[in-house]
Amino acid sequence: MTTEPVEWPRTARAATRNRGINWEKWGWVYMRVSGVALVVLIFGHLFVNLVAGEGVNAIDFAFVAGKWADPFYIVWDTLLLWLALIHGANGMRTLVNDYVYRPKVRKWTLRALFASTAVLLLLGTLVIYTFDPCIGDPQSSGLQELCAGR
Amino acid sequence: MASSPSGAATTPAPTITAPKRPAGTLYRGREGMWSWVLHRITGVAIYFFLLVHLLDTALVRVSPEAYDAVINTYKTPIMGLGEAGLVAAIVFHAFNGLRIILIDFWSFGTKHHRAMFWVVIALWAVTMAAFLPRHLMHVFGG
Ligand code: HEM
Repeated sequence: MTTEPVEWPRTARAATRNRGINWEKWGWVYMRVSGVALVVLIFGHLFVNLVAGEGVNAIDFAFVAGKWADPFYIVWDTLLLWLALIHGANGMRTLVNDYVYRPKVRKWTLRALFASTAVLLLLGTLVIYTFDPCIGDPQSSGLQELCAGR
Repeated sequence: MASSPSGAATTPAPTITAPKRPAGTLYRGREGMWSWVLHRITGVAIYFFLLVHLLDTALVRVSPEAYDAVINTYKTPIMGLGEAGLVAAIVFHAFNGLRIILIDFWSFGTKHHRAMFWVVIALWAVTMAAFLPRHLMHVFGG
């Protein structure tokens, strides 16, 4: 086997030093920083909702109203929403880049991913901050007492 | 690669033999690769659950009846088993994620990434042993 000498420069594109923010690096950092926070946030979420008390059987509208009556859980759930959804969406971006080869399909898949993430972040945040324990019929949530004055 | 050293005839060319199989990579073969496969699969599974979970929780903004109707399906045996699987996926992804972080920032982690994989499996087994009986009792009533 002979070795072909390759003329300099040997790469198709010269290595260029990109100026500006290195988004790919900060995405990498974000996956790790959010990951550490998510261990605490998710394990706490699972313990309160699935392990403590009656577990999954205790979850209903009144259970949610009870949690969000406490600012602690409003902060907790807001952090959970933003950190987990952006972490997951950024991870999915990696998978799209890995498996979707055709440039146009990739571009539109990434756009759909970005759009759905933005919509869900907005929706989730609105749900937490505009939550009304007396919506609908308080009879069915058992919150008549709390909502009697309204 | 140059096959013969020109102008440096005094030093004999080193003999390089091809390894029988690839070795020394973090992600090819054995624990390194399987941890990556599991991390990817669990990450995607959790992501799609999160999409559904955000939408079902958004029903608290519609009415107590709508939310309770949907959340009650989470208390059925089949969904109960699904929750067990989901927790199993999250616990693996969480512990292995910490393993990845240790590999990235700590030379000890890179050196011992295989041993750390088995530590992840052990921690996962212990966590599931604590969680499963209680959750299954909630779901199946024990
Ligand atoms: C419980 C705490 C969590 C930790 C410690 C954690 C940690 C990590 C780490 C370190 C990575 C690797 C990123 C890289 O290689 O650049 C990663 C990837 C990923 N994570 Fe998480 N994560 C957690 C929770 C989640 C959640 C809740 C989701 C879903 C919403 C998720 C979805 C993903 C996805 C889809 C990937 C990409 C997988 C891949 O590139 O193969 N993770 N995670």
